[in-house]
Amino acid sequence: MELTINHVYVLCGIISLVVSYLTFTDENHSNSIGTGVFWGILGIIFVFGGRIPSIFNGILVIIMVLISLSGKVSLSNEYSESSLDFKEKKSKSLKNKIFIPPLIIPTVTFLIAQFTKYDAKVGLGISSIVALITAFIITKEKPKEVGHDARRLFDSISSFAILPQLLAALGALFAAAGVGEVIADLIAGFIPVEMKIWSVIAYTVGMALFTIIMGNAFAAFSVITIGIGVPFVIQMHGANPAIVGVIAMVSGYCGTLLTPMAANFNIVPSALLEMKNENGVITKAQWKVAIPLFITNTILMYVLGF
Amino acid sequence: MIKLIGVLIVVVGISLNFEILSVVLSAGLVTGLVSGMSISDILIKLGDAFVTNRYMSLFVLTLPIIGLAERYGLKERASELIGNIKAVTAGRVIMIYEFFRLLAAAFGLRLGGHPTFVRPLVYPMAEGALKKDRKRNLLDKEKEIIKAHSAAAENYGNFFGQNVFLAAGGILLIQGVLKEAGYNVELLTMAKYAIPTAFFAILYGFIQFYLMDRKLNNINKESSVEEEKANGTYN
Repeated sequence: MELTINHVYVLCGIISLVVSYLTFTDENHSNSIGTGVFWGILGIIFVFGGRIPSIFNGILVIIMVLISLSGKVSLSNEYSESSLDFKEKKSKSLKNKIFIPPLIIPTVTFLIAQFTKYDAKVGLGISSIVALITAFIITKEKPKEVGHDARRLFDSISSFAILPQLLAALGALFAAAGVGEVIADLIAGFIPVEMKIWSVIAYTVGMALFTIIMGNAFAAFSVITIGIGVPFVIQMHGANPAIVGVIAMVSGYCGTLLTPMAANFNIVPSALLEMKNENGVITKAQWKVAIPLFITNTILMYVLGF
Repeated sequence: MIKLIGVLIVVVGISLNFEILSVVLSAGLVTGLVSGMSISDILIKLGDAFVTNRYMSLFVLTLPIIGLAERYGLKERASELIGNIKAVTAGRVIMIYEFFRLLAAAFGLRLGGHPTFVRPLVYPMAEGALKKDRKRNLLDKEKEIIKAHSAAAENYGNFFGQNVFLAAGGILLIQGVLKEAGYNVELLTMAKYAIPTAFFAILYGFIQFYLMDRKLNNINKESSVEEEKANGTYN
Protein backbone atom coordinates (compact mmCIF):
# COMPACT_ATOMS: atom_id res chain seq x y z
CA MET A 1 0.00 0.00 0.00
CA GLU A 2 1.21 3.45 -0.91
CA LEU A 3 1.35 5.69 2.16
CA THR A 4 0.29 9.31 1.71
CA ILE A 5 -0.04 12.40 3.83
CA ASN A 6 -3.76 11.59 4.12
CA HIS A 7 -2.95 8.48 6.15
CA VAL A 8 -0.90 10.68 8.49
CA TYR A 9 -3.83 13.09 8.82
CA VAL A 10 -6.12 10.18 9.72
CA LEU A 11 -3.63 9.23 12.46
CA CYS A 12 -3.67 12.82 13.79
CA GLY A 13 -7.46 12.76 13.61
CA ILE A 14 -7.68 9.52 15.60
CA ILE A 15 -5.49 11.01 18.35
CA SER A 16 -7.66 14.15 18.45
CA LEU A 17 -10.87 12.08 18.55
CA VAL A 18 -9.52 9.92 21.41
CA VAL A 19 -8.65 13.12 23.30
CA SER A 20 -12.15 14.45 22.54
CA TYR A 21 -13.78 11.23 23.80
CA LEU A 22 -11.71 11.27 27.02
CA THR A 23 -12.71 14.92 27.56
CA PHE A 24 -16.42 14.16 27.14
CA THR A 25 -16.21 11.35 29.70
CA ASP A 26 -14.12 13.37 32.20
CA GLU A 27 -16.27 14.09 35.24
CA ASN A 28 -13.66 16.46 36.70
CA HIS A 29 -13.81 18.80 33.71
CA SER A 30 -15.98 21.88 34.15
CA ASN A 31 -16.01 22.57 30.38
CA SER A 32 -16.00 18.99 29.13
CA ILE A 33 -18.59 19.70 26.38
CA GLY A 34 -16.88 22.79 24.95
CA THR A 35 -13.36 21.36 25.11
CA GLY A 36 -14.56 17.96 23.86
CA VAL A 37 -16.36 19.51 20.86
CA PHE A 38 -13.26 21.61 20.08
CA TRP A 39 -10.93 18.60 19.89
CA GLY A 40 -13.66 16.59 18.16
CA ILE A 41 -14.00 19.14 15.35
CA LEU A 42 -10.22 19.23 14.96
CA GLY A 43 -10.29 15.42 14.64
CA ILE A 44 -13.10 15.55 12.07
CA ILE A 45 -11.22 18.13 9.98
CA PHE A 46 -8.09 15.97 10.15
CA VAL A 47 -9.89 12.82 9.00
CA PHE A 48 -12.57 14.13 6.64
CA GLY A 49 -11.43 17.69 5.84
CA GLY A 50 -10.29 16.72 2.38
CA ARG A 51 -13.60 15.05 1.50
CA ILE A 52 -16.25 17.47 2.75
CA PRO A 53 -17.08 20.74 0.95
CA SER A 54 -14.81 23.66 1.87
CA ILE A 55 -17.73 25.77 3.06
CA PHE A 56 -18.50 23.24 5.82
CA ASN A 57 -14.86 23.24 6.87
CA GLY A 58 -15.05 27.03 7.05
CA ILE A 59 -18.15 26.82 9.28
CA LEU A 60 -16.42 24.24 11.51
CA VAL A 61 -13.42 26.56 11.90
CA ILE A 62 -15.72 29.42 12.93
CA ILE A 63 -17.39 27.15 15.52
CA MET A 64 -13.94 26.28 16.94
CA VAL A 65 -13.01 29.96 17.20
CA LEU A 66 -16.33 30.77 18.90
CA ILE A 67 -15.80 27.97 21.44
CA SER A 68 -12.33 29.33 22.12
CA LEU A 69 -13.67 32.90 22.40
CA SER A 70 -16.24 31.78 24.98
CA GLY A 71 -13.40 30.41 27.11
CA LYS A 72 -14.72 26.85 26.95
CA VAL A 73 -11.42 25.32 25.85
CA SER A 74 -9.86 24.80 29.24
CA LEU A 75 -7.95 22.47 31.50
CA SER A 76 -9.54 19.66 33.44
CA ASN A 77 -9.38 19.83 37.21
CA GLU A 78 -7.63 16.50 37.33
CA TYR A 79 -5.52 14.47 34.94
CA SER A 80 -4.39 10.94 35.58
CA GLU A 81 -0.81 12.12 35.96
CA SER A 82 1.98 10.31 37.76
CA SER A 83 3.27 11.66 41.07
CA LEU A 84 6.66 13.35 41.35
CA ASP A 85 7.71 10.41 43.51
CA PHE A 86 6.82 7.95 40.74
CA LYS A 87 8.65 10.09 38.14
CA GLU A 88 11.82 10.25 40.21
CA LYS A 89 11.74 6.53 40.92
CA LYS A 90 11.23 5.73 37.23
CA SER A 91 13.90 8.25 36.27
CA LYS A 92 16.38 6.32 38.45
CA SER A 93 15.42 2.89 37.09
CA LEU A 94 14.97 3.79 33.40
CA LYS A 95 17.95 6.20 33.37
CA ASN A 96 18.69 7.52 29.88
CA LYS A 97 16.45 4.93 28.22
CA ILE A 98 13.61 7.41 28.69
CA PHE A 99 15.21 9.62 26.03
CA ILE A 100 14.92 6.88 23.38
CA PRO A 101 11.25 7.34 22.35
CA PRO A 102 11.43 11.13 21.94
CA LEU A 103 14.75 10.79 20.07
CA ILE A 104 13.31 8.16 17.73
CA ILE A 105 10.88 10.72 16.29
CA PRO A 106 13.44 13.08 14.72
CA THR A 107 15.94 10.33 13.88
CA VAL A 108 13.51 8.04 12.06
CA THR A 109 11.82 11.02 10.36
CA PHE A 110 15.19 12.15 9.04
CA LEU A 111 16.16 8.66 7.87
CA ILE A 112 12.86 8.17 6.04
CA ALA A 113 13.06 11.57 4.34
CA GLN A 114 16.67 10.96 3.35
CA PHE A 115 16.66 7.33 2.23
CA THR A 116 13.11 6.41 1.14
CA LYS A 117 10.65 7.77 -1.40
CA TYR A 118 8.55 9.26 1.41
CA ASP A 119 8.88 12.86 2.57
CA ALA A 120 9.35 14.20 6.10
CA LYS A 121 5.60 14.45 6.76
CA VAL A 122 4.88 10.79 6.04
CA GLY A 123 8.16 10.08 7.85
CA LEU A 124 6.84 11.84 10.93
CA GLY A 125 3.73 9.64 10.86
CA ILE A 126 5.76 6.44 10.64
CA SER A 127 8.37 7.53 13.21
CA SER A 128 5.74 8.50 15.75
CA ILE A 129 4.22 5.00 15.55
CA VAL A 130 7.68 3.45 15.97
CA ALA A 131 8.40 5.79 18.90
CA LEU A 132 5.09 5.00 20.57
CA ILE A 133 5.63 1.24 20.33
CA THR A 134 9.16 1.69 21.69
CA ALA A 135 7.80 3.78 24.54
CA PHE A 136 5.35 0.99 25.43
CA ILE A 137 8.18 -1.56 25.44
CA ILE A 138 10.49 0.61 27.58
CA THR A 139 7.90 1.75 30.11
CA LYS A 140 5.70 -1.39 30.04
CA GLU A 141 2.75 1.01 30.28
CA LYS A 142 -0.80 0.00 29.26
CA PRO A 143 -1.83 1.49 25.89
CA LYS A 144 -4.94 2.96 27.54
CA GLU A 145 -2.93 5.43 29.63
CA VAL A 146 -1.30 7.10 26.64
CA GLY A 147 -4.62 8.73 25.70
CA HIS A 148 -4.61 10.55 29.02
CA ASP A 149 -1.01 11.65 28.48
CA ALA A 150 -1.90 13.03 25.06
CA ARG A 151 -4.92 14.84 26.50
CA ARG A 152 -2.83 16.54 29.19
CA LEU A 153 -0.59 18.02 26.49
CA PHE A 154 -3.47 18.88 24.13
CA ASP A 155 -5.16 20.84 26.91
CA SER A 156 -1.98 22.64 27.92
CA ILE A 157 -1.59 23.88 24.34
CA SER A 158 -5.36 24.51 24.24
CA SER A 159 -6.88 26.47 21.36
CA PHE A 160 -3.44 27.79 20.36
CA ALA A 161 -3.12 24.41 18.63
CA ILE A 162 -5.07 25.76 15.65
CA LEU A 163 -3.44 29.22 15.59
CA PRO A 164 -0.85 28.36 12.91
CA GLN A 165 -3.55 26.95 10.60
CA LEU A 166 -5.80 29.94 11.25
CA LEU A 167 -2.97 32.38 10.54
CA ALA A 168 -2.33 30.50 7.30
CA ALA A 169 -6.02 30.98 6.45
CA LEU A 170 -5.68 34.68 7.27
CA GLY A 171 -2.70 34.79 4.94
CA ALA A 172 -4.81 33.17 2.20
CA LEU A 173 -7.58 35.76 2.69
CA PHE A 174 -5.01 38.58 2.71
CA ALA A 175 -3.57 37.14 -0.49
CA ALA A 176 -7.00 36.85 -2.14
CA ALA A 177 -7.82 40.42 -1.15
CA GLY A 178 -4.48 41.68 -2.42
CA VAL A 179 -3.11 42.97 0.89
CA GLY A 180 0.40 41.91 -0.08
CA GLU A 181 0.20 44.06 -3.24
CA VAL A 182 -0.77 47.13 -1.22
CA ILE A 183 2.13 46.64 1.19
CA ALA A 184 4.47 45.77 -1.65
CA ASP A 185 3.45 48.95 -3.49
CA LEU A 186 4.10 50.97 -0.36
CA ILE A 187 7.55 49.48 0.15
CA ALA A 188 8.42 49.46 -3.56
CA GLY A 189 7.49 53.15 -3.60
CA PHE A 190 10.13 53.87 -0.97
CA ILE A 191 12.87 51.37 -1.82
CA PRO A 192 14.58 51.11 -5.24
CA VAL A 193 13.83 47.36 -5.57
CA GLU A 194 15.17 47.18 -9.12
CA MET A 195 18.58 46.92 -7.48
CA LYS A 196 19.19 43.40 -6.18
CA ILE A 197 20.65 44.47 -2.82
CA TRP A 198 17.69 46.78 -2.15
CA SER A 199 15.17 44.06 -3.04
CA VAL A 200 16.86 41.83 -0.43
CA ILE A 201 16.79 44.63 2.14
CA ALA A 202 13.11 45.29 1.38
CA TYR A 203 12.32 41.59 1.97
CA THR A 204 14.23 41.19 5.27
CA VAL A 205 13.23 44.60 6.65
CA GLY A 206 9.63 43.91 5.63
CA MET A 207 9.71 40.56 7.46
CA ALA A 208 11.22 42.02 10.63
CA LEU A 209 8.96 45.10 10.70
CA PHE A 210 5.77 43.18 9.95
CA THR A 211 6.71 40.58 12.58
CA ILE A 212 7.22 43.35 15.14
CA ILE A 213 3.71 44.62 14.29
CA MET A 214 2.01 41.23 14.19
CA GLY A 215 4.09 39.59 16.93
CA ASN A 216 4.28 36.51 14.75
CA ALA A 217 6.73 35.74 11.96
CA PHE A 218 4.41 33.09 10.47
CA ALA A 219 1.70 35.69 9.87
CA ALA A 220 4.23 38.10 8.39
CA PHE A 221 5.72 35.47 6.12
CA SER A 222 2.83 34.91 3.73
CA VAL A 223 2.06 38.63 3.39
CA ILE A 224 5.63 39.84 2.89
CA THR A 225 6.62 36.89 0.69
CA ILE A 226 3.65 37.33 -1.63
CA GLY A 227 4.05 41.11 -1.56
CA ILE A 228 7.82 41.57 -1.76
CA GLY A 229 9.71 38.27 -1.84
CA VAL A 230 8.03 36.71 -4.86
CA PRO A 231 7.65 39.73 -7.20
CA PHE A 232 10.97 41.46 -6.47
CA VAL A 233 13.50 39.02 -5.02
CA ILE A 234 12.42 35.82 -6.77
CA GLN A 235 10.84 36.99 -10.06
CA MET A 236 12.71 40.23 -10.77
CA HIS A 237 16.16 39.10 -9.62
CA GLY A 238 15.90 35.31 -9.99
CA ALA A 239 16.60 34.20 -6.42
CA ASN A 240 16.24 30.59 -5.27
CA PRO A 241 12.80 30.52 -3.55
CA ALA A 242 13.72 27.86 -0.95
CA ILE A 243 16.88 29.67 0.20
CA VAL A 244 15.52 33.20 0.38
CA GLY A 245 12.29 31.84 1.92
CA VAL A 246 14.01 30.27 4.91
CA ILE A 247 16.35 33.25 5.45
CA ALA A 248 13.37 35.62 5.27
CA MET A 249 11.68 33.53 7.96
CA VAL A 250 14.63 33.77 10.36
CA SER A 251 14.85 37.52 9.63
CA GLY A 252 11.28 37.61 10.89
CA TYR A 253 12.36 35.71 14.02
CA CYS A 254 14.83 38.57 14.71
CA GLY A 255 11.73 40.80 14.78
CA THR A 256 10.09 38.36 17.24
CA LEU A 257 13.04 38.92 19.61
CA LEU A 258 12.28 42.66 19.58
CA THR A 259 8.53 42.82 20.08
CA PRO A 260 6.32 42.75 23.18
CA MET A 261 3.59 41.57 20.78
CA ALA A 262 5.25 38.14 20.95
CA ALA A 263 4.09 37.95 24.54
CA ASN A 264 4.56 34.22 25.03
CA PHE A 265 8.28 34.52 24.18
CA ASN A 266 9.15 37.88 25.71
CA ILE A 267 6.64 39.04 28.30
CA VAL A 268 5.43 35.84 29.98
CA PRO A 269 9.03 34.72 30.68
CA SER A 270 9.91 37.99 32.42
CA ALA A 271 6.80 37.52 34.56
CA LEU A 272 7.74 33.90 35.23
CA LEU A 273 11.21 34.96 36.35
CA GLU A 274 9.73 37.76 38.46
CA MET A 275 11.72 40.46 36.71
CA LYS A 276 11.24 44.08 37.73
CA ASN A 277 11.05 45.29 34.13
CA GLU A 278 8.46 43.38 32.08
CA ASN A 279 10.30 44.23 28.85
CA GLY A 280 13.66 43.35 30.43
CA VAL A 281 14.20 40.24 28.29
CA ILE A 282 14.12 42.47 25.20
CA THR A 283 15.82 45.59 26.57
CA LYS A 284 18.56 43.96 28.69
CA ALA A 285 19.48 41.10 26.37
CA GLN A 286 17.68 40.23 23.13
CA TRP A 287 18.06 43.42 21.08
CA LYS A 288 21.84 43.11 21.27
CA VAL A 289 21.71 39.79 19.40
CA ALA A 290 18.61 40.46 17.29
CA ILE A 291 20.07 43.45 15.44
CA PRO A 292 23.47 41.97 14.45
CA LEU A 293 21.77 38.66 13.59
CA PHE A 294 19.26 40.53 11.41
CA ILE A 295 22.07 42.28 9.52
CA THR A 296 23.85 38.92 9.15
CA ASN A 297 20.68 37.36 7.72
CA THR A 298 20.33 40.15 5.18
CA ILE A 299 23.93 39.57 4.06
CA LEU A 300 23.39 35.77 3.99
CA MET A 301 20.33 36.18 1.75
CA TYR A 302 22.29 38.38 -0.64
CA VAL A 303 25.30 36.06 -0.74
CA LEU A 304 23.60 32.63 -0.73
CA GLY A 305 20.21 33.32 -2.30
CA PHE A 306 21.13 33.91 -5.95
CA MET B 1 -5.41 51.21 1.47
CA ILE B 2 -8.75 50.04 2.93
CA LYS B 3 -7.49 46.50 2.38
CA LEU B 4 -4.97 47.06 5.17
CA ILE B 5 -7.82 47.16 7.69
CA GLY B 6 -7.15 43.49 8.51
CA VAL B 7 -3.60 44.40 9.53
CA LEU B 8 -5.00 47.18 11.71
CA ILE B 9 -7.44 44.76 13.37
CA VAL B 10 -4.61 42.36 14.21
CA VAL B 11 -2.41 45.14 15.62
CA VAL B 12 -5.19 46.68 17.71
CA GLY B 13 -6.64 43.31 18.78
CA ILE B 14 -3.33 41.94 19.98
CA SER B 15 -2.25 45.14 21.71
CA LEU B 16 -5.57 45.22 23.59
CA ASN B 17 -5.02 41.58 24.51
CA PHE B 18 -8.22 40.25 22.90
CA GLU B 19 -8.62 36.51 22.39
CA ILE B 20 -6.17 35.87 19.58
CA LEU B 21 -8.12 33.32 17.50
CA SER B 22 -11.12 35.63 17.20
CA VAL B 23 -8.85 38.59 16.37
CA VAL B 24 -7.28 36.61 13.53
CA LEU B 25 -10.67 35.37 12.30
CA SER B 26 -12.22 38.87 12.39
CA ALA B 27 -9.26 40.29 10.49
CA GLY B 28 -9.79 37.64 7.81
CA LEU B 29 -13.57 38.16 7.60
CA VAL B 30 -13.33 41.97 7.40
CA THR B 31 -10.53 41.84 4.84
CA GLY B 32 -12.64 39.51 2.69
CA LEU B 33 -15.71 41.74 2.97
CA VAL B 34 -13.95 45.04 2.13
CA SER B 35 -12.39 43.46 -0.91
CA GLY B 36 -15.82 42.43 -2.23
CA MET B 37 -15.94 38.71 -1.38
CA SER B 38 -19.29 37.21 -0.37
CA ILE B 39 -19.73 35.44 2.97
CA SER B 40 -19.77 32.05 1.28
CA ASP B 41 -16.65 32.92 -0.73
CA ILE B 42 -14.91 33.82 2.51
CA LEU B 43 -16.05 30.61 4.24
CA ILE B 44 -14.87 28.53 1.29
CA LYS B 45 -11.48 30.27 1.27
CA LEU B 46 -11.19 29.89 5.05
CA GLY B 47 -12.13 26.20 5.07
CA ASP B 48 -9.93 25.48 2.08
CA ALA B 49 -6.83 27.13 3.56
CA PHE B 50 -7.42 25.54 6.96
CA VAL B 51 -7.67 22.07 5.43
CA THR B 52 -4.72 22.39 3.06
CA ASN B 53 -2.58 23.65 5.95
CA ARG B 54 -3.36 20.70 8.24
CA TYR B 55 0.28 19.67 7.98
CA MET B 56 1.15 22.55 10.34
CA SER B 57 -0.53 20.65 13.14
CA LEU B 58 1.35 17.39 12.58
CA PHE B 59 3.05 18.01 15.94
CA VAL B 60 -0.02 16.40 17.58
CA LEU B 61 1.54 13.07 16.53
CA THR B 62 4.37 13.59 19.00
CA LEU B 63 2.18 14.53 21.97
CA PRO B 64 1.26 10.98 23.10
CA ILE B 65 4.92 9.93 23.08
CA ILE B 66 6.18 13.03 24.89
CA GLY B 67 3.30 12.76 27.37
CA LEU B 68 4.09 9.12 28.09
CA ALA B 69 7.82 9.82 28.46
CA GLU B 70 7.03 12.71 30.81
CA ARG B 71 4.94 10.37 32.95
CA TYR B 72 8.08 8.26 33.31
CA GLY B 73 10.29 11.15 34.43
CA LEU B 74 11.69 12.54 31.14
CA LYS B 75 11.99 16.08 32.46
CA GLU B 76 13.42 14.96 35.80
CA ARG B 77 16.10 12.92 34.06
CA ALA B 78 16.92 15.79 31.68
CA SER B 79 17.23 18.16 34.61
CA GLU B 80 19.54 15.73 36.38
CA LEU B 81 21.80 15.43 33.32
CA ILE B 82 22.09 19.19 32.79
CA GLY B 83 22.63 19.64 36.52
CA ASN B 84 25.68 17.35 36.35
CA ILE B 85 27.56 19.66 34.02
CA LYS B 86 30.23 21.44 36.03
CA ALA B 87 29.84 25.10 35.17
CA VAL B 88 32.21 27.80 36.28
CA THR B 89 30.36 30.99 35.43
CA ALA B 90 26.79 32.19 34.95
CA GLY B 91 27.56 32.99 31.32
CA ARG B 92 28.82 29.47 30.62
CA VAL B 93 25.75 27.85 32.14
CA ILE B 94 23.62 29.95 29.80
CA MET B 95 25.89 29.18 26.83
CA ILE B 96 25.55 25.46 27.45
CA TYR B 97 21.79 25.76 27.66
CA GLU B 98 21.59 27.79 24.45
CA PHE B 99 23.70 25.21 22.66
CA PHE B 100 21.65 22.21 23.80
CA ARG B 101 18.38 24.06 23.27
CA LEU B 102 19.37 24.83 19.69
CA LEU B 103 20.44 21.24 19.13
CA ALA B 104 17.17 19.89 20.57
CA ALA B 105 15.16 22.25 18.38
CA ALA B 106 17.17 21.15 15.36
CA PHE B 107 16.15 17.57 16.13
CA GLY B 108 12.54 18.61 16.47
CA LEU B 109 12.41 17.97 20.22
CA ARG B 110 10.03 20.06 22.26
CA LEU B 111 12.22 19.79 25.36
CA GLY B 112 12.85 23.39 26.30
CA GLY B 113 10.66 26.16 27.47
CA HIS B 114 10.67 29.08 29.87
CA PRO B 115 8.41 27.43 32.46
CA THR B 116 9.90 23.95 32.22
CA PHE B 117 13.60 24.69 31.94
CA VAL B 118 14.57 28.33 32.38
CA ARG B 119 12.81 29.14 35.63
CA PRO B 120 13.38 25.88 37.50
CA LEU B 121 16.80 25.02 36.11
CA VAL B 122 18.84 27.40 33.96
CA TYR B 123 18.34 30.56 35.97
CA PRO B 124 18.95 28.88 39.36
CA MET B 125 22.10 27.21 38.02
CA ALA B 126 23.43 30.45 36.53
CA GLU B 127 22.66 32.34 39.71
CA GLY B 128 24.29 29.60 41.77
CA ALA B 129 27.45 29.80 39.66
CA LEU B 130 27.78 33.53 40.32
CA LYS B 131 26.92 33.17 44.01
CA LYS B 132 29.57 30.49 44.47
CA ASP B 133 32.10 32.95 43.02
CA ARG B 134 30.97 36.09 44.88
CA LYS B 135 30.32 34.48 48.26
CA ARG B 136 27.62 37.06 49.02
CA ASN B 137 23.97 37.69 48.23
CA LEU B 138 23.44 38.99 44.70
CA LEU B 139 22.38 42.54 43.93
CA ASP B 140 19.03 43.09 42.23
CA LYS B 141 20.69 44.43 39.10
CA GLU B 142 22.87 41.31 38.89
CA LYS B 143 19.79 39.10 39.13
CA GLU B 144 17.94 41.10 36.46
CA ILE B 145 20.86 40.68 34.05
CA ILE B 146 21.06 36.91 34.58
CA LYS B 147 17.29 36.50 34.28
CA ALA B 148 17.11 38.45 31.00
CA HIS B 149 19.97 36.45 29.47
CA SER B 150 18.62 33.07 30.64
CA ALA B 151 15.25 33.81 29.05
CA ALA B 152 16.92 35.09 25.87
CA ALA B 153 19.01 31.90 25.50
CA GLU B 154 15.81 29.84 25.36
CA ASN B 155 14.48 32.02 22.53
CA TYR B 156 17.74 32.01 20.54
CA GLY B 157 18.04 28.23 20.72
CA ASN B 158 14.38 27.61 19.98
CA PHE B 159 13.96 30.10 17.13
CA PHE B 160 17.16 29.54 15.22
CA GLY B 161 17.44 25.79 15.73
CA GLN B 162 13.89 24.78 14.81
CA ASN B 163 14.09 25.36 11.06
CA VAL B 164 16.95 22.90 10.75
CA PHE B 165 14.37 20.18 11.59
CA LEU B 166 12.71 18.80 8.45
CA ALA B 167 9.17 18.76 9.84
CA ALA B 168 9.38 22.17 11.56
CA GLY B 169 6.23 24.29 11.39
CA GLY B 170 8.24 27.22 10.00
CA ILE B 171 9.67 25.52 6.96
CA LEU B 172 6.41 23.68 6.29
CA LEU B 173 4.72 27.08 6.21
CA ILE B 174 7.36 28.41 3.81
CA GLN B 175 6.71 25.42 1.57
CA GLY B 176 2.96 26.03 1.71
CA VAL B 177 3.15 29.75 0.92
CA LEU B 178 5.62 29.25 -1.95
CA LYS B 179 3.48 26.43 -3.35
CA GLU B 180 0.49 28.79 -3.44
CA ALA B 181 2.73 31.22 -5.34
CA GLY B 182 3.65 28.49 -7.84
CA TYR B 183 7.06 27.34 -6.56
CA ASN B 184 7.77 23.80 -5.41
CA VAL B 185 10.58 23.83 -2.86
CA GLU B 186 12.35 20.99 -1.07
CA LEU B 187 12.18 20.77 2.73
CA LEU B 188 15.78 19.52 2.77
CA THR B 189 17.11 22.59 0.91
CA MET B 190 15.39 24.89 3.38
CA ALA B 191 16.61 22.94 6.42
CA LYS B 192 20.20 23.13 5.10
CA TYR B 193 20.03 26.87 4.53
CA ALA B 194 18.74 27.39 8.07
CA ILE B 195 22.12 26.17 9.35
CA PRO B 196 24.22 29.36 8.74
CA THR B 197 21.80 31.47 10.78
CA ALA B 198 21.77 28.81 13.52
CA PHE B 199 25.56 29.04 13.61
CA PHE B 200 25.55 32.83 13.91
CA ALA B 201 22.84 32.70 16.59
CA ILE B 202 25.14 30.49 18.67
CA LEU B 203 28.17 32.69 17.96
CA TYR B 204 26.46 35.97 18.86
CA GLY B 205 24.77 34.35 21.85
CA PHE B 206 28.11 33.08 23.15
CA ILE B 207 29.68 36.53 22.71
CA GLN B 208 26.75 38.10 24.53
CA PHE B 209 26.96 35.65 27.44
CA TYR B 210 30.75 36.10 27.62
CA LEU B 211 30.25 39.87 27.79
CA MET B 212 27.60 39.32 30.45
CA ASP B 213 30.21 37.62 32.65
CA ARG B 214 32.55 40.60 32.14
CA LYS B 215 29.77 43.03 32.94
CA LEU B 216 28.99 41.10 36.13
CA ASN B 217 32.70 41.29 37.04
CA ASN B 218 32.68 45.06 36.50
CA ILE B 219 29.60 45.41 38.68
CA ASN B 220 31.45 43.41 41.32
CA LYS B 221 34.55 45.62 41.09
CA GLU B 222 32.46 48.78 41.29
CA SER B 223 30.55 47.53 44.27
CA SER B 224 33.73 46.48 46.09
CA VAL B 225 35.36 49.85 45.28
CA GLU B 226 32.30 51.51 46.73
CA GLU B 227 32.57 49.25 49.72
CA GLU B 228 36.24 50.16 50.22
CA LYS B 229 35.40 53.85 49.93
CA ALA B 230 32.66 53.35 52.45
CA ASN B 231 35.06 51.49 54.72
CA GLY B 232 37.68 54.21 54.15
CA THR B 233 35.45 56.93 55.50
CA TYR B 234 34.87 54.85 58.57
CA ASN B 235 38.60 54.35 59.12
